[in-house]
Amino acid sequence: MAFAQSQAPMVGAPAPWGMGLQESGGPIKDAISSFNTLVFWLMVAVTIFVAILLAWVMWRFNEKANPVPSQTSHHTGLEIAWTVIPVLILLVIAVPSFRLIYYQDRARDADLTINVTGHQWYWSYQFPDHGNFSFDSRPIQDEDIRPGQFRSLEVDEPLIVPVGRTIRVMTNGVDVIHSFFIPSLGVQRYSIPGRTLETWMRADRVGTFYGQCNQICGVNHWFMPIVVKAVPQAEFDAWVASARTRFARQDAPAAPALAEATGDTIRIAAARQ
Amino acid sequence: MAHADAHGHDDHKPSFVNRWLFSTNHKDIGTLYIIFSLFAAIIGIGLSVLMRLELQQPGLQIFADGQMWNAYVSAHGLIMVFFVIMPALIGGFGNWFVPIMIGAPDMAFPRLNNISFWLMVPAFLLLGGSLFVGGGAGAGWTIYPPLSDDTYQSGPAMDMALFALHLAGASSILGAANFITTIFNMRAPGMTLHKMPLFVWSMLVTAFLLLLAVPVLGGAITMLITDRNFGTAFFDPAGGGDPVLFQHLFWFFGHPEVYIMILPAFGIISHVISTFSKKPVFGYLGMAYAMVAIGVVGFVVWAHHMYTSGMDVDTRAYFMAATMVIAVPTGVKIFSWIATMWGGSMKFDTPMLFAIGFIFLFTMGGVTGVVLANAGITQILHNTYYVVAHFHYVLSLGAVFGIYAGIYYWIGKMSGKQYPEKLGKIHFWLTFIGVNLTFFPMHFLGNQGMPRRYPDYPDAFWGWNFIASMGAYISVAGFIFFFYVMYVTFKRGATVPANYWGEGATTLEWQVSSPPPFHSFDELPKIR
Repeated sequence: MAFAQSQAPMVGAPAPWGMGLQESGGPIKDAISSFNTLVFWLMVAVTIFVAILLAWVMWRFNEKANPVPSQTSHHTGLEIAWTVIPVLILLVIAVPSFRLIYYQDRARDADLTINVTGHQWYWSYQFPDHGNFSFDSRPIQDEDIRPGQFRSLEVDEPLIVPVGRTIRVMTNGVDVIHSFFIPSLGVQRYSIPGRTLETWMRADRVGTFYGQCNQICGVNHWFMPIVVKAVPQAEFDAWVASARTRFARQDAPAAPALAEATGDTIRIAAARQ
Repeated sequence: MAHADAHGHDDHKPSFVNRWLFSTNHKDIGTLYIIFSLFAAIIGIGLSVLMRLELQQPGLQIFADGQMWNAYVSAHGLIMVFFVIMPALIGGFGNWFVPIMIGAPDMAFPRLNNISFWLMVPAFLLLGGSLFVGGGAGAGWTIYPPLSDDTYQSGPAMDMALFALHLAGASSILGAANFITTIFNMRAPGMTLHKMPLFVWSMLVTAFLLLLAVPVLGGAITMLITDRNFGTAFFDPAGGGDPVLFQHLFWFFGHPEVYIMILPAFGIISHVISTFSKKPVFGYLGMAYAMVAIGVVGFVVWAHHMYTSGMDVDTRAYFMAATMVIAVPTGVKIFSWIATMWGGSMKFDTPMLFAIGFIFLFTMGGVTGVVLANAGITQILHNTYYVVAHFHYVLSLGAVFGIYAGIYYWIGKMSGKQYPEKLGKIHFWLTFIGVNLTFFPMHFLGNQGMPRRYPDYPDAFWGWNFIASMGAYISVAGFIFFFYVMYVTFKRGATVPANYWGEGATTLEWQVSSPPPFHSFDELPKIR
């Protein structure tokens, strides 16, 4: 199954006339989707229940059907019922909801760490445990969009990640607040100047996952897309090797060897335990 | 003779300037507030039409750039909150009916009441003017720094918007003090707290929320103003400040603010439902204390607006639990309204249509609120159109339906002329269809991940945006039609007696003539 999926790369993007959540590309989004389904149907049931009650009273207790109004204004049993039953429904929601947020919060054992920085109006990514290279990811203007690409969702340098690997995401900001938001991977965090926020993500399917800045950040707020490409490990390693030379900064000290640098992630993980 | 003269003097109506500019009469000030609110609504709704025109198709069509867009979006939000909903519900209906309902001759501080109103006018001019100064104040109605600081919103537009909030805030605080004093001290003999009409209860809770929440906003924007103009760094990390601090302060105000907007509508809906069902409100005490509970809990849930700001997961868990608790008293209100109708003898006049519409639409806005309370789901719904849909369902369809219900319910009382029933119903259906067509598709857009405050969007979002724009045009047609209904009311409306709704209308305003005399009560009414 996993192999079959990797044959047809997934596209995590909004669909025309789409109504539900986007398709899932990873475990966090899977968890969100299944919990959302529970809440959704409970809420549909509540709404239908209220609608039926409204329709019933309008039909049964209008002026013609019921010319003499009752003067009942209390019913302790009813009042207790409509206080207690909603509490029970909320408990049904709350238990899986708490489980979900603790699951989403942060990765205990991340395979790699990526630093995400929001700028006016592009993203930059840094791989601290793969030689600490970094690069900017800028949107592609409408006139340069090729057929098959999504207008205002494409970038020149997508963020490449290995499929099936747990990625620690550290967001930070330099100018104003942005929000790193990829619906199909179930991840969102603000990037705030002066702070580093931690979360995690994992793509379980090979493919391209689109997101957009989701916190008002000035003139081009609507034009700083995010593209994450999940590729097999070997392809990722090859990309890292080329990226380290391509994005090498002339003023930077020589990048340390890969094996040493991966220790970074392990140390962070160890410190957290 | 001397007695008749004295009486004549009491009843003497002041000159135009004295009556409308220096007004100290709660009914005249209420009228001013309602007119002001309708005027501001023309601007605020006009802005939303421009926004929907832009969003009808992908690409930038009518807005020059994102800054102009951001300024319009921010102005739309601030105008609708501070200059449309609050003045109509609190300043308008609150001023008009709280004193009458509790049998008081006027508000406790009539001159304070006057300044409360007249602070709104310069506030509105400052905010409206900010659209035309430089690039406008484009940081969203939430004005988060650093985007709202002088590096990213340079020029006076943002300062104008901030001073507008200060003035509007001062107006609200003074008004709140006035309402609390009036309700606690000026009830007629026999009008105990537990006999007070629910609209008065709603205004009492609202006034407390205002008194406790708005000063926090005042502090936050004062710090923002000094950050912008006097070199402080409260919210600037480069100077040891913290942008997230502003978010906490803002939402400590901002969340109670949403209840400030909806509680008075709750009050109005209770009266309308009871009147047109010809039954007393079901579970009166539960209804009153549900509002108190919503007010109290409303103060400890603010950070559910900040689930993606990097709060500790335990903190998120707390805010999530507290937020879901609010569904309980809200549910009590919904079911009590339905129980009020149950066994009643309902008449579907326009106010009742708006009230039933309110119950259903507020339920929809409420259940999406439960969805959004879950930080786990909000991780991907935060700041999307799902949130936009949610808060328009509770405000644009909730609070605004409350305002319309109030206007149709009381227009005969306030003006002495009854609205034309058929036209009122047409207005209801235009509005009901229009707003649902506008805001329901936004749930889909949000589920699909469309961020808010976007003037242009990926092409996949086109379909539902197109539908939403069509809905918006219908809603606006309804809004324009509303002015026609009002025109017909004042031009040709039938003169109405004191209690034109009949046996179901039991509160004190139905004991005085329509419109009430300049001084509502010659002697204090006694409440059994």
